Amino acid sequence: MAKKPLLEFTDRGIYCAQGKFYIDPWKPVDDAVITHAHADHAYWGHKHYLAHKLSREVLLYRLGEIQLQTVEYGEKVMKNGVQISLFPAGHVIGSAQIRVEYQGEVWVVSGDYKTEDDGISTPFEPVRCHHFIFECTFGMPVYQWKPQVQIFEDVNNWWRSNLHNGQATVIVGYSLGKAQRILQNLDLSIGKVYTHGVIENTNEALRRNGVLLNPTERITPESNKEEVSKGIILAPPSSVGTPWMRKFGPYSFGYCSGWMALRGAKRRRAADRGFVLSDHADWDGLISAIDATGCECVYLTHGYTATFTRYLNEIGFNAKEVHTLYGGEEEETAPTQPPPGGEEFEDPYANKKVSPTGGDLEGAGIS
Amino acid sequence: MKAFAQLFLSLDETNKTNEKVKVLKDYFTSVPDTDKMHMLALFTGRKPKRYINSTQIRTWAIEASNIPPWLFGESYQVVGDLAETMALLMPQTESTNEKNLTQWVAELNGLGNKTEEERKLWLMDSWATLDSQERFVFNKLLTGSFRVGVSQNLVIKALADITKLDAATLTHRIMGNWMPETYTYDQLVQESGASDDISRPYPFFLAYPVQETSDKNKSADEMQGLLGDADQWQAEWKWDGIRAQMIKRDGKIFIWSRGEDLATEKFPELHPFLNALPDGTVIDGEILSFQNGLPMPFNVLQTRIGRKNLSKKILEESPVAVIAYDCLEFKGGDIRSKTQTERREILEGLQAATDYPEIFRLSALINFSSWDELARIREQSRAMVAEGVMLKRKSAAYQVGRKRGDWWKWKIDPLSVDAVMIYAQKGHGRRADLYTDYTFAVWDGDKLVPFAKAYSGLTDAEINKVDYFIKRNTLEKFGPVRTVKPELVFEIGFEGINKSTRHKSGIALRFPRILRWRHDKPKEEADTLDSLRALLGE
Repeated sequence: MAKKPLLEFTDRGIYCAQGKFYIDPWKPVDDAVITHAHADHAYWGHKHYLAHKLSREVLLYRLGEIQLQTVEYGEKVMKNGVQISLFPAGHVIGSAQIRVEYQGEVWVVSGDYKTEDDGISTPFEPVRCHHFIFECTFGMPVYQWKPQVQIFEDVNNWWRSNLHNGQATVIVGYSLGKAQRILQNLDLSIGKVYTHGVIENTNEALRRNGVLLNPTERITPESNKEEVSKGIILAPPSSVGTPWMRKFGPYSFGYCSGWMALRGAKRRRAADRGFVLSDHADWDGLISAIDATGCECVYLTHGYTATFTRYLNEIGFNAKEVHTLYGGEEEETAPTQPPPGGEEFEDPYANKKVSPTGGDLEGAGIS
Repeated sequence: MKAFAQLFLSLDETNKTNEKVKVLKDYFTSVPDTDKMHMLALFTGRKPKRYINSTQIRTWAIEASNIPPWLFGESYQVVGDLAETMALLMPQTESTNEKNLTQWVAELNGLGNKTEEERKLWLMDSWATLDSQERFVFNKLLTGSFRVGVSQNLVIKALADITKLDAATLTHRIMGNWMPETYTYDQLVQESGASDDISRPYPFFLAYPVQETSDKNKSADEMQGLLGDADQWQAEWKWDGIRAQMIKRDGKIFIWSRGEDLATEKFPELHPFLNALPDGTVIDGEILSFQNGLPMPFNVLQTRIGRKNLSKKILEESPVAVIAYDCLEFKGGDIRSKTQTERREILEGLQAATDYPEIFRLSALINFSSWDELARIREQSRAMVAEGVMLKRKSAAYQVGRKRGDWWKWKIDPLSVDAVMIYAQKGHGRRADLYTDYTFAVWDGDKLVPFAKAYSGLTDAEINKVDYFIKRNTLEKFGPVRTVKPELVFEIGFEGINKSTRHKSGIALRFPRILRWRHDKPKEEADTLDSLRALLGE
């Protein structure tokens, strides 16, 4: 019988039989290593969690009382003779690639990642390995990102012109990752930043974790609408089109997502402005990341896996598609709303702890 | 091109009518007059001549993007728009280009006397000097698929605001046979339009559906509520042919279809009667195929529409005639402001004088004294080869475009069957990267036979659910088409059904669309091919 691979793909998640632990499992297990705190990677119900230090407060906020061990990037943890270490993935604050080593064989699970330095997440660091398990959410050559400096120049100009036209400005992005990335790149000389409760809860968790974020003000029923409409409102995707959003008077709403690269997707969202800003790697980023690992074998977990696998094989990599529940298969990555199974929770619950099942479905294919 | 590309981008960036009009006005006031006319031409469907075909564009774009052809194909499947796919795939450029729209269109038109090699060189050079937004708009010019998220009405509104001319006048002036190279902005906006274009048609007046958005029918009481007393209205059958405007001026004849295509040469049978009309006459009506004095279903006419050359055989198999229902110009004068009844009298007078009554027919008026009675008469529509009934207010003028109030179409309920979805394909534009185009099948014994494709009828939320199902229940992929596990049942509505030798099922439907998703029906209970054949009515 051939040697059992160090990591295998099971119906619970990525499994290391030797070390008896799972990586980002989607069904309850004893021992889970978590790449990052987005809901399709960090599920509720495991007995023990291992994650990066900067994911700590967000995980506790989202999953409640869990048994959680956190580590620094590069710190080594042994499980049943298998060495585990985390390396920056650059996806969101605290996101990590998981490096697994046993008897000289090295596997890396990228989780979600991006190659551009966004200024707040620890930048992506390529890790040499034999086997590389990774995502290709934007694994089509039509996705090519511009540097974020250019995108934020557009965002700030749009905010200024809304102010000039007497409109409120609502900018939409996921509450963990995109929201903070936007927050840190706004030109605060224009005005103040107001936040939807869901986003502010995440901000608070990150601040408890020692992350320095620009000042924000939570929107409450007592907020002065006129003041708020002069600032910029940071809102999660679930708030689009709700009465909550309409109460700020005439507004222009901008959507920050990699999907905004396509006109069709932009028109479906019916956003006034679509800003092409993603926390995932673009086509060139994906290829350069794989190249930098020097790996023998690539496994694609989610995104345009069929297309990307074929292309990688054509240019000389040994690539395979694998089935996972991360983001799901190819096209589910661009629905007009999160796939069934969970939505970002709505305003009424914004100040409460999150229920285990109704997590904020960040990165469930959409970013 | 920068201004034009920016116009496109700005129109994309807002959903609000007022802002779109503002964007259009900003464009009109900032570009040279020749650019204005070229923009108008493009936005009203007047495309530059195409000297580079889509195979060439595709091949050269693949070369410029430096990716394998299959990957280009898959990218197109994701983007759902060829011009956009090409713009996204090509490498970013640093150089810029100052040519305006007029110059670009002139270059495009100048490709006629160039060799293929020169055309390729020109295209590659052009791509290399445009940024991705400009490239997208430029590709739209090249591929001639110029659909923008803005209606002609909005363009007219912006122009009317700037020129202080009324919208109906402008709508009329941008109709017909003009070229942006020769029709100047000054001519367009001069105060009294001394039109020297004798072919120019009038804007069509379009009816509003009585049923509005729902497919459910109105009762006689509801008709009374909507339209008032029956005796204020004239009723005719709603013919299912090609809406056309027929012009005789200065000894010349012109036939315009509703899509503003000059179709004079496509209907030679109509020439004798048109030539015999007095100069200064414009008639509105429906062109249909006739046999033994009876109209034939639309599919008979359809066989000759797309043909370049009308063979003797086609003319014999599908001879056409006109059912006229309005007169817009008489003795050289625009009579659109006269009442429906007055115009009808003039039309009847013209028809009475024709030597070709078999070709120049009148749309008969339906006698009725109450909505109840008309509702019953309407039930005979299918037997009359009509789609329902048209209602026209007797006192109404002939207006511009689709206006609620004086012209109504009261269509019959569609025919329908319950069918199983078996194939799916991704949509385009706003539906890009979503499975929205479906093929449906009915049972023939224990086999499912495909019989219709339908794209419309579901809400966005339903489309998302169906898309979700398709992605998880794909049996096979053939290029862009997926074979889907037969499970979902839909009620498919259609206007007509005919025999067909081109389709596997042996039938062809007119206007198939999804009426509703039958969550309540298992696939075994979908209809059969026999039940469809029964609708053929033989």
